[in-house]
Amino acid sequence: MSVPLALRIMGIGAWAPGAPDWQCLQAILRGEAAAMDGAPARPAGMILPAAERRRAPDGVRLAAEVAAQATGMAGIDPATVPCVFASTQGELAITDYVCETLARSPLELSPTKFHNSVLNAPAGYWTIATGCTGASSAVTAHHRSFAAGLLEAAAFACAEDTPVLFAACDVASTGPLAEMTRTTLAFGMALLLQPGAGDGVRLNLALHRGEAEPVPAVTWPVVARDNPANADALALLSLLAGANASNLRLPLSSGLSLDMEIEP
Amino acid sequence: MPERIEPLAVAACSATSALGHGLAAQFEALRSGRGGLRANDFSSASLECRIGRVAGVEDAALPAPLAHWDCRNNRLAWLGLQQDGLMDAIAGAVARHGATRVALILGTSTASIGATEDAYRRLDRGRFPEDLQRPEIHTPHSLVAFVADATGITGPALTISTACSSSAKVFASAERLIRLGLVDAALVGGVDTLCDSVLFGFHSLELVSKQACRPFDTQRDGISIGEAAAFALLERIDAAPHAPRLLGYGESSDAHHMSTPHPEGRGAQAALDDALARAGIDASAVDYVNLHGTATPKNDEVEAKLLPRFAQRTRASSTKGFTGHTLGAAGALEAVFALLAIEHGIVPPNLGCGEPMPEAAPWLALQPSERRIDVALSNSFGFGGNNACLVFGHGGAE
Repeated sequence: MSVPLALRIMGIGAWAPGAPDWQCLQAILRGEAAAMDGAPARPAGMILPAAERRRAPDGVRLAAEVAAQATGMAGIDPATVPCVFASTQGELAITDYVCETLARSPLELSPTKFHNSVLNAPAGYWTIATGCTGASSAVTAHHRSFAAGLLEAAAFACAEDTPVLFAACDVASTGPLAEMTRTTLAFGMALLLQPGAGDGVRLNLALHRGEAEPVPAVTWPVVARDNPANADALALLSLLAGANASNLRLPLSSGLSLDMEIEP
Repeated sequence: MPERIEPLAVAACSATSALGHGLAAQFEALRSGRGGLRANDFSSASLECRIGRVAGVEDAALPAPLAHWDCRNNRLAWLGLQQDGLMDAIAGAVARHGATRVALILGTSTASIGATEDAYRRLDRGRFPEDLQRPEIHTPHSLVAFVADATGITGPALTISTACSSSAKVFASAERLIRLGLVDAALVGGVDTLCDSVLFGFHSLELVSKQACRPFDTQRDGISIGEAAAFALLERIDAAPHAPRLLGYGESSDAHHMSTPHPEGRGAQAALDDALARAGIDASAVDYVNLHGTATPKNDEVEAKLLPRFAQRTRASSTKGFTGHTLGAAGALEAVFALLAIEHGIVPPNLGCGEPMPEAAPWLALQPSERRIDVALSNSFGFGGNNACLVFGHGGAE
């Protein structure tokens, strides 16, 4: 229906409990390995300076971890790369803290937790840690956050002819809010996108008028079930792991789907 | 430097703030220097400050088919959509291009978190009360999903939430989608409502003034928080050749600190550079600058360092003394103010400033005035060092 956006994937990052990087997740998605026992319960986020890492909430560490993996694999200096961070719900544990504190004793709200509560906290910490002075964004589209965020990042890359870092991350919710969000497991992924032809795995995106198709079952269904927000991201990663067909049609808006085609 | 872009027409726009509902109320207040701040009568516990509260939000009931979206933020969005023939203009764009060829990109910092706060105040044995067991409003995308439902726009739909630059960046995202041919039009804007999170949150950071905010005053001591809904319909110029235009935009990151700006305004300068380059103009061509001007000691000090880049004749003002800082809605609200300045040839005054900072004084407009405005610029700088700058210009002659 529209001119496809032609991109290349130069780097991939991923983190889930039991799959601390893309290599581990790829092996799981191919059915070659099980989730790692004894893997770290929290993402390392080593790119953040120690002081920032202590202050940073889990969603920020998760985003920094997968973003650093993707830029590292691409061998690109993150300082030069515009970035788009997508999340369905943002920092759910902090939202729970903020709402609980406001209900109980509003004047006790912690200033650090308040500034960590903004949806662009991952973009903020990332740009500070990497010295990135380009455009950075934080976007959401509820259950369509992955496809909508990917389109935003891809459009930026193609319109401005620049590499763009795209990350999609959600952390587990806590407290009474959990019943509304149903996200019980942290999952994050990142792609370093380059526009145009050349090296790398090709990713073509196009808008399709009409409904998406059901996302194919993935090899690690527990992640899709317990982090429904990022089930769509896992579907694309399964394609990239070579475990599924090379085409995917994900829901984008109430009238559109996003067609994705992978060519190794 | 980015390349010059093809300007886009702002085919329709509207704003609703503490100054009133719709464009005429905004214009009349800006022209006459009448502000909209009042004593805080909103927060769930006492907090001494002034707020920019929109009158009548509580009465803006949603129609029955949209009632499941009900919350203060979506009521304000609905109220904003009813002004200035906006719904007809949107319907016109949908009819011209098709509903999937229109994008919907809105900025918000807190969306409907006020409803989530309310649920936590009224927990029923640890669970949300029944009337608030609606997952679709306990998410930052609540606003965009509601507006899509209310307007019938079915194209790409995205929430941008980069704190106070959110609804400036929506213009940039829309321009890229239109330039790439993915859509033919976009409804952009921003809506943020008063809630405990921002009132007590900014208070915890010691950034809220007890009095009405005083941007660029030597005695300034913090922000006043407001709420607003502002929208703009962007299309290619041939769809509305005489409408005012989006000429350019710039986006950047400070890479400095989560809650204080870079001391030399590095990110702000970069956003301004990119905006001027995309517009294909020099800073000397700018007639009016709507400053971010939050009235925190730090923001205004850093932003004043940008002013010497403009000609002596350029007039600059922060309008936060009129409306308060409307956070995620500020970018779009102040874009509409820049468009009003162009359309009516007015310079909105920098309300609330009695003793201007010497370094800003040569450019600051302290009184309302009338003059031709061909090019107007609007700055928005947010938490996390997230910056955006927009450039608007006159449309083609009749």
